[in-house]
Amino acid sequence: MKKLLMATAACALMPLAALAQDKPEALKVGVTAFLTGPASVFGVPAKDAAEIMVEDINANGGIQGVPLELTFIDEGAGAEVLTTEYRRMVENGADAMLASISSGNCKTIAPLAEDLKVINIMWDCGTQKIFEAEKYNYVFRSQAHAGTEMLATVAYLLKVKPDFKTIAVVNQDYAWGRDSWDIFSAALKALRPDVEVVGEFFPKFGSPDFSTEISRLQALQPDIILSTSWGGDLDTFVQQASQRGLTNTSTFVLPLAESSLERLGSSLPSGHIVGARGDHYWNHPERRDDADFKAFMAKFEAKTNAKAIYPVFHMSQGLAALQAAYDKAAEANGGKWPSEDQVIAAFEGLEFQGLGRPVSLRSDHQGIEAQLLGTSVQGGDLPFATLENIMIFDGAELTTPVGEESVAWVSSLKPGWVDTLTVDAYEN
Amino acid sequence: MNLTLFLLALFDGIAYAALVFIVAVGLTLIFGVMRILNVAHGSLYAMGAYLTASLTTFIVSAGLPPVFAFPCMLVSAVLIGAVLGGPLEWLLLRRIYHKPEVLQLLVTFAIFMILEDVQRLVWGTQPIFQSTALQLLGTVRAFSVNYTVYQLILLPIVAVVLLFGLRFFLRRTVAGKVILATTEDREAAQAIGIDADKVFLLTFIVGAGLAGLGGALASPTTSILPGIGADMIVLSFAVVATAGLGQIEGAALTALMIGLGRSFAVYVWPETQVLVPYVIMVAVLLVRPEGLFGSPSARKI
Repeated sequence: MKKLLMATAACALMPLAALAQDKPEALKVGVTAFLTGPASVFGVPAKDAAEIMVEDINANGGIQGVPLELTFIDEGAGAEVLTTEYRRMVENGADAMLASISSGNCKTIAPLAEDLKVINIMWDCGTQKIFEAEKYNYVFRSQAHAGTEMLATVAYLLKVKPDFKTIAVVNQDYAWGRDSWDIFSAALKALRPDVEVVGEFFPKFGSPDFSTEISRLQALQPDIILSTSWGGDLDTFVQQASQRGLTNTSTFVLPLAESSLERLGSSLPSGHIVGARGDHYWNHPERRDDADFKAFMAKFEAKTNAKAIYPVFHMSQGLAALQAAYDKAAEANGGKWPSEDQVIAAFEGLEFQGLGRPVSLRSDHQGIEAQLLGTSVQGGDLPFATLENIMIFDGAELTTPVGEESVAWVSSLKPGWVDTLTVDAYEN
Repeated sequence: MNLTLFLLALFDGIAYAALVFIVAVGLTLIFGVMRILNVAHGSLYAMGAYLTASLTTFIVSAGLPPVFAFPCMLVSAVLIGAVLGGPLEWLLLRRIYHKPEVLQLLVTFAIFMILEDVQRLVWGTQPIFQSTALQLLGTVRAFSVNYTVYQLILLPIVAVVLLFGLRFFLRRTVAGKVILATTEDREAAQAIGIDADKVFLLTFIVGAGLAGLGGALASPTTSILPGIGADMIVLSFAVVATAGLGQIEGAALTALMIGLGRSFAVYVWPETQVLVPYVIMVAVLLVRPEGLFGSPSARKI
């Protein structure tokens, strides 16, 4: 009987014992990113950046004295392999996960992270639907969503080209291409109901040829051509359009072109609108003179021989969120290593800063991130377009309020709303 | 749809069809002669594109006149055919002609996967764009729409030359007739002294070279990145199956049908653009299961 009582008492005390955490030898973090496939244009720079950042964090004593240890999972191997690897990594003791680039993968992983009870930071995916459909305890997003990004694009367009009459869209035929157009067109309809949509094209994802669309667009002559495409698709579209002179007759609005500027070289002429999925730009007007920013950019360019693009910034925000949450939780815990629940509590209302402006987390775990857009300009010292007429928008004003659905919310905006926004403008 | 738009759609369709035909004809040639469905054709296409882009970039950076971009294409095609295609047939495919089709498919698929990784190893994952050849030829204006001379004029000319060249080669030259004879009946051909092994090797080199040429010709028009081979092989299969396996004229006609179908779809009903090639394929195969130009094969006893 006595033995039984002892055992019961021991069992009852177990959870308490677990609370008084010892510092682990390393903070194990799994990162999912595309290392293969078309989206590796984002995943590979992000991985390079993460390696530099972790080296820096560890050289400065790690997180609360604990070194950070990253393991990468390739999203390019497909959702099934991804979830298996993700599960395996969590079951082998990963402390937190950063997943993922693909919106589809985020949708798969968010409920999985909840099941596995592991902290998951959605560091790059764009879909706005995850927190609008469900409440999560373990899942956070260290960046904006498609709603904020598209609304910022509409706002910039209306500010720099207030009088356009017609628009056509050429988006990739998959969830992102469709969803981003839903939000963009809803916002446009609410803010400029007189604009006519003259063409909607959704070529296959990974299409090698846009010749027919370009002929059609030359015949239609819209004032504005929107494309939320990215990677090889965007490069091909802009190159083919520029070869055939379409870039001289219509203004292109390209919300993801910041990630293609260097590859496009001279093919993207001056005068087209370029977005960056947040305030991300290698020559960020508010950050370019800061020592940490300059030091990182120098290291990144030396390592990869390329300018940093937005996934690099998103990675910095994901890691900054993790570090800030652990620091905040440790402070609240009297300097001792925090438990997982304490870290989760620390995420509420967390503010952190990666390479851009500071980002804050809302009560629904959605990140509020500033948005930078600019207009392409050629003829500088570099063999590719840079940005001028840059505007940085405040993220909070552009993000769908908690509990509302993005398309419905942007549809409720009124003409003139754009003039109420907080904007900081920079010449270049 | 007025006449102008009709003509614009026609131009776009022909330009697209030309490229599809050049790739598909190599695939159908190999199948016609060797009875092997070569999945690796897609990666030969991709390698041709990568190789051309690298050679052209090298030439431009070496300060040579950009017009050398065109010989680069031929050099790439020959290299892909001889250096890659030759050893593939000689070392691998030769061993599996008598094995079941499933095994043949698996082997060529394995080659495809290996070559995909080779591309990633050599050229990385970032898209490459090298359009020197295309920019050299400039644009031509039709009904207030700019077309590139390269796509609207050069590619269709190459396709037509290739079609008639192949026809002439197969029907009028000894080497071509030997290939046709082997296609018809391998045992009988061997019985009258034709070296079937040599014919197979030659055919595969030519077929692989055509895949490389397709990639080379496509390279100035598009971003070259991992995965382009897979896309092309799917479309080529559709063309080859619709045409009737081994039918060169059929491949030309089908490529034209698919090209025109696709471009008219973009003008009339853009949402169906992706569907059109496969709708055409299904429609043809429902009526003629052996393909447009195929003939029902007699079963050998």
